[in-house]
Amino acid sequence: MQALYAQLLVGLINGSFYALLSLGLAVIFGMLNIINFAHGALYMMGAFVAYFLLNLGGINYWWALLLAPIIVGIFGMILERTMLQWLTGLDHLYGLLLTFGIALIVQGVFQNYFGSSGLPYAIPDQLKGGMNLGFMFLPVYRGWVVVFSLVVCLATWFLIEKTQLGAYLRAATENPTLVRAFGINVPRMITLTYGLGVGLAALAGVLSAPINQVRPLMGADLIIVVFAVVVIGGMGSIMGSIITGFALGVIEGLTKYFYPEASNTVVFVLMVLVLLVKPTGLTGRAA
Amino acid sequence: MPDTAIAEAPARAATGGNILQVRNLESWYGESHILHGINFDVNAGEVVTLLGRNGAGKTTTLKSIMGIIGKRSGSVKFNDEEIIRATSDKIARMGIAFCPEERGIFSSLDVRENLMLPPVVRAGGLPLDQIFDLFPNLKERLSSQGTKLSGGEQQMLAIARILRTGASFLMLDEPTEGLAPVIIQQIGHTIARLKKEGFTILLVEQNFRFASTVADRYYVVEHGKIIDGFSNAELATNMDKLHTYLGV
Repeated sequence: MQALYAQLLVGLINGSFYALLSLGLAVIFGMLNIINFAHGALYMMGAFVAYFLLNLGGINYWWALLLAPIIVGIFGMILERTMLQWLTGLDHLYGLLLTFGIALIVQGVFQNYFGSSGLPYAIPDQLKGGMNLGFMFLPVYRGWVVVFSLVVCLATWFLIEKTQLGAYLRAATENPTLVRAFGINVPRMITLTYGLGVGLAALAGVLSAPINQVRPLMGADLIIVVFAVVVIGGMGSIMGSIITGFALGVIEGLTKYFYPEASNTVVFVLMVLVLLVKPTGLTGRAA
Repeated sequence: MPDTAIAEAPARAATGGNILQVRNLESWYGESHILHGINFDVNAGEVVTLLGRNGAGKTTTLKSIMGIIGKRSGSVKFNDEEIIRATSDKIARMGIAFCPEERGIFSSLDVRENLMLPPVVRAGGLPLDQIFDLFPNLKERLSSQGTKLSGGEQQMLAIARILRTGASFLMLDEPTEGLAPVIIQQIGHTIARLKKEGFTILLVEQNFRFASTVADRYYVVEHGKIIDGFSNAELATNMDKLHTYLGV
C-alpha cells in the first residue's frame, strides 16, 4: 500500500510540472496561436538560471523562484519581438517549426557547454527532510512543489478568468483588431503574455531542479507528454490544462503501480481516446 | 427610457467646429484598391451619414479612419491632428470610438465584461447608470454570455460599451442591420439622444429611411469615392438621385 501512495505522490509531482508547463502552453496558444515547441527548452533554462544564480551569484532558491522566471521571461519576450511576431496570420506549422528550431539551438548550446549529465541543485534547508503521515513518508520538498504549483496555477487562472487584464487577454484572443481599436496596445500585451507563459515554464524548471537535477535535455524529455496534456485538456483552455495536468500525473503514477509497462504510454493512449471521442479536448470549444 | 439624465448632461461639443477632415483617403486590402480618394468633413455635434450600396467602400472608410486597414494614404485629421499614420489604439485614445457592423461582442466575456472592456480614454464618458437608462435591457442581463443576447441587445451592448470611454466621436457601422423595426426605432432614439448629449456621430447606413430620422448631412459613396453630398433639408429634393445611387 505504501508503494501505491508513493506512486500517487510521484504522480502528483509530475502532474504539477505538467500543469505548470501546459498552462504556459495554453496561455501562449490561446493568445498568440503559436504551438510553442521551445517550451521545454525554456523550462530547462529556468533550471539553469537557478543553477547559475546559486553557483555564480550565491543567490538562493527562494530568490531564484522569483528571478529565474523574470530572466527567462525577458528572453522569451525578446524571442517574441524579434521572431515570433512576424508569424502572425501564418499557418500554425510555421510557428511550430520556428519554435522547434529555437528549442534545438538552445538545447544544443547548453549541451555543448554542460554535456548531458545532470548538475546537482540542493534542496533549500527549509524544505529538507520529511513527514511521516502514518500511511506514507512525505518528503517536504515534494509536498511544497505540489502545493506551490497548485497555487500558481490557480492564481494564473484567476488572473485570466476573473480580472480586467484577463478580459483583455480573452477578448484579444477572439478579435485582436477590435480590442486594439478600443485603445489597448495589443502587440505589447501579446509580448507580455508570451513572457508570462515562458515565465511559468521557467518557474517549473526551478521547482524541478532539486528533484530532477539540472540537465540540458530535461525539457525535451518532458515536452511531448506536456503537449499530450494540452491536447487532452483542450488547446488554449486554462482550467482544462490545470486539471488535466494534475489528473494525468496521477493516472501515470497509478499506472506505474498497477501496470508499470504501460506507464510511459498511458498518456498517449488517453490522448488518442480523447481525440476520437472529443477532438477539441475535454474542455476545449469547437472553433 | 427616461430623458432626464441626457437633458441634464452638459453639452459635449458645440455644433459647428470641424472635428474630422478626410482628404484623398485611399485604402487597399492586399492588392485590392478599395478607396480611391475619399474627401469629406464632419463638424462637431453633427450626425453625418455615409450612404451607398454594398461594397461601395463605406465600412472601409470607417476602418481606414480608425487605423484598422494596414495600407492607406491621404490625410485624416481629427481635431486638426493628422492620424493617417497612427495605430488604432492611439486613434482610440484620441477620442474616436468604433462600433463595427458585426458588433464584435466577445463570446468568452459576459455582458458586464463586454461593457467594461474598452478602457476609459478620457474624462466625460457616460456613467453606467446613464448607460442603463439608455439601454435598460443590458442591466438585467449583465451576467449573461455576450453572444447569448438577441441581435438587438447585442447592438445596444456594442454601442453602450463605447459610450463609457469618453470618446466624443462615434463611428457606427450599420447599427440597424438585421434588426426588427421596433429595435431600429429604439436605436434611432438613442442616436438622437446622443446627439443632444453632444456626441459627434459618423454613421454608415444602407437604410436611408432610418438615416433620415437622425442625420444632419449625407455623403454618398460609390466605387470608393464620395460622389455626392447634401444636408437633411435637401433630402426631399435629392430623393430621385438617391434612389438611383442606392438602386432602390
